[in-house]
Amino acid sequence: MANTQSMCTSFMSELMLGQHQLGTATLVSRGSLTAPTTDTVKAALFLTSATINAATTVYAATGEVSGTGYTAGGVTVTNATAPTSTNSSATAGVAYWTPSASITYTTVTLTTAFDTVLLYNFTQSLKAISVHTFGSQTITAGTFTLTMPSNTTSTALLRLATT
Amino acid sequence: MIVTTTKGDMDDSLLEKREGAVDNDNELTTWVEYWQEGELVHRSVHVTLKKMPVFGGGETQSIG
Repeated sequence: MANTQSMCTSFMSELMLGQHQLGTATLVSRGSLTAPTTDTVKAALFLTSATINAATTVYAATGEVSGTGYTAGGVTVTNATAPTSTNSSATAGVAYWTPSASITYTTVTLTTAFDTVLLYNFTQSLKAISVHTFGSQTITAGTFTLTMPSNTTSTALLRLATT
Repeated sequence: MIVTTTKGDMDDSLLEKREGAVDNDNELTTWVEYWQEGELVHRSVHVTLKKMPVFGGGETQSIG
């Protein structure tokens, strides 16, 4: 088994269904009509032996790391910058979003190798958003930090483009 | 500098420090380890995700 970097396929249809809200709440046709809120995104780490990929639809603990200082489900992602979009021509454009701060797991010990972080919507029934892979790592009484790329049309963490 | 280790907080002068980095199209990763008498007592990692593959090719149907 192996993990594969990808946007989760289910996430794309869920966007069309309005099931994720990663920015300032503007929709009123959601659970709370009076006080819609921005969804909470969380980031969970997965072992190299797990199988997390485009087919992942929701967060589940199977294959997740475990160890001192790590809480199942991972950490909350800082999200102060709403998704945005830009047209590059009359027929093409890109929508993009990036967490607004690094994702940090502080003072943890994770002795079994891991190589993947799954972003998922904690508010909306743990629906999967995207899978990001990196070189295999372990942590010993230390800190694991994931720094985000620049939030631009060409480098943002999540990008949906027309061509 | 005080370092958090598997044996509690220790002064780094008592430890051997090892560092490394990986830089490729997907990530820039740096790591630092502290060893004491051949035993790993601290390892921290900093991964900078460079970018995701773009998900493109979206199409719409003409109406009418």
